[in-house]
Amino acid sequence: MKETDILIVGAGPAGLSAGIAAAKHGAKVLVIDENRKPGGQLFKQIHKFFGSREHNAGVRGFRIGEKLLEETEALQVEVLLGYPVYGIFEDNLALYGSANGVQSVKAKKLILATGANENNLCIQGSTLPGVMTAGAAQTMVNLHHVQPGSRVVMVGSGNVGLIVSYQMLQAGIDVVAVVEAAPSIGGYGVHANKLRRAGVPFYLSHTINRIMGEDGVQQVELVELDHFKPVPGTEMILDADTVCMAVGLTPMVELARMAGCQMVEIPSLGGVLPLHDEDMCTTNPDVYIAGDISGVEEASTAMEEGRLAGIAAAEALGYLSTECAAQEKDAIRARLNTLRSGDFGQKRADAKEQIVNYFHQGGKQ
Amino acid sequence: MERTPGIPTPERLEQGPVACIECVQCIPCNPCEAACPQKAITVGAEITALPKLDGDRCNGCGICITRCPGLAIFRLHKHYTDTTALVSFPYEYVPLPEQGASVRCSSRDGAFVCEGVVSSVRTAPTFDHTAIVTVEIPKEHLMDVRGIQRKGGQ
Repeated sequence: MKETDILIVGAGPAGLSAGIAAAKHGAKVLVIDENRKPGGQLFKQIHKFFGSREHNAGVRGFRIGEKLLEETEALQVEVLLGYPVYGIFEDNLALYGSANGVQSVKAKKLILATGANENNLCIQGSTLPGVMTAGAAQTMVNLHHVQPGSRVVMVGSGNVGLIVSYQMLQAGIDVVAVVEAAPSIGGYGVHANKLRRAGVPFYLSHTINRIMGEDGVQQVELVELDHFKPVPGTEMILDADTVCMAVGLTPMVELARMAGCQMVEIPSLGGVLPLHDEDMCTTNPDVYIAGDISGVEEASTAMEEGRLAGIAAAEALGYLSTECAAQEKDAIRARLNTLRSGDFGQKRADAKEQIVNYFHQGGKQ
Repeated sequence: MERTPGIPTPERLEQGPVACIECVQCIPCNPCEAACPQKAITVGAEITALPKLDGDRCNGCGICITRCPGLAIFRLHKHYTDTTALVSFPYEYVPLPEQGASVRCSSRDGAFVCEGVVSSVRTAPTFDHTAIVTVEIPKEHLMDVRGIQRKGGQ
């Protein structure tokens, strides 16, 4: 059985940032990820990131991933890849799969940075080949350099739907429609404008009714919505061979549940997630969370939350003084507040504050 | 759009090349501020504030164009000749258009506006794969043209 100070599950932006922050203060850190490559979703983010220029804004996502890996390596953080963590048991014992069978590791503190799952729509034809999540299409195009099809209908106009649509265009694929059930575009206007300039049609107050085809997607039927209710007689058919679903994400909380963390339901952050305090500590005092598991946001906030959890866990283990930790944590929280301000961020800031309040009220919602 | 603080004034447009920052939502982002060697762009401590263009300081160098993750910065040169203007925009598709080529110039909605000629295509390592394409167009379309239609595919 291995032993470590801090076990981090997930080597995405949150997990790696947590590992770097904790290791900088001397903690022994082990990061485990079921994927064969570290970086989570960062390596398929070929666009330039928003945010503050002090923290990588204007830098393409995959380059931020490269930087995190360099730092991880320099600090000699151990990263096990291709190993799924199956469960967390008593005394912070984690079991994980490896080439040599199931192994165990005992940690003083755990940081769960497991990310989120993409949601899907179950409609007629949604099991046809050619229907996939936006993230899957992005993986095909940006990591494997394979076109999922030649004519894509994107369902959802949040930033994921908008960014992936743009990347489909860059890969030489035609985006025949971006379909949005709400009456307005969900994501950033500047992302939408890239598509507009390329002539991509937006169908607001519309949804996909059904997907038709024999051996794969051939046609997609759209229908207009009135306050999210289909309007009969407004059906229209588009020729397409691919449908991408960008309809939100759900935090992956299974391990947190096993670790006994109390849950809270916050619809605006993706649904059920572990209750946590301002240090990202859950109701299990040995378990911290960071990134999309603590509420679906984006990579910049995930990295800051990871740093916060990493420092808090290292502090709890005595690797840095309370004063020193407070200073670092305050700086991180200030940056998180900035990332969560403005037209799009305020709702997330309010929801995050609500979670911390619930935590201190003993979990009452 | 007219009330956006990143848009140059009509008077400034008369005076030569200038940046045009079409950033209209309060999102957390500020790389444009540091990109400008003339210190003509201000976002401030609240990075969700809209970037403000100081038309007196801006010399129309265009460095900011490739630094905007939203691809929302353009450069406008109203009086390039007596009849034509230049519009520069970020471009992240392959193949890049060729200098001297005739192109179909399009609006913010991708709709055809007018024919134009590619005046220059600039790339540099510091642009990190965002090219700056400049088209020469009839002057009256200065405030409408923001891109070109691509041949083949979308």
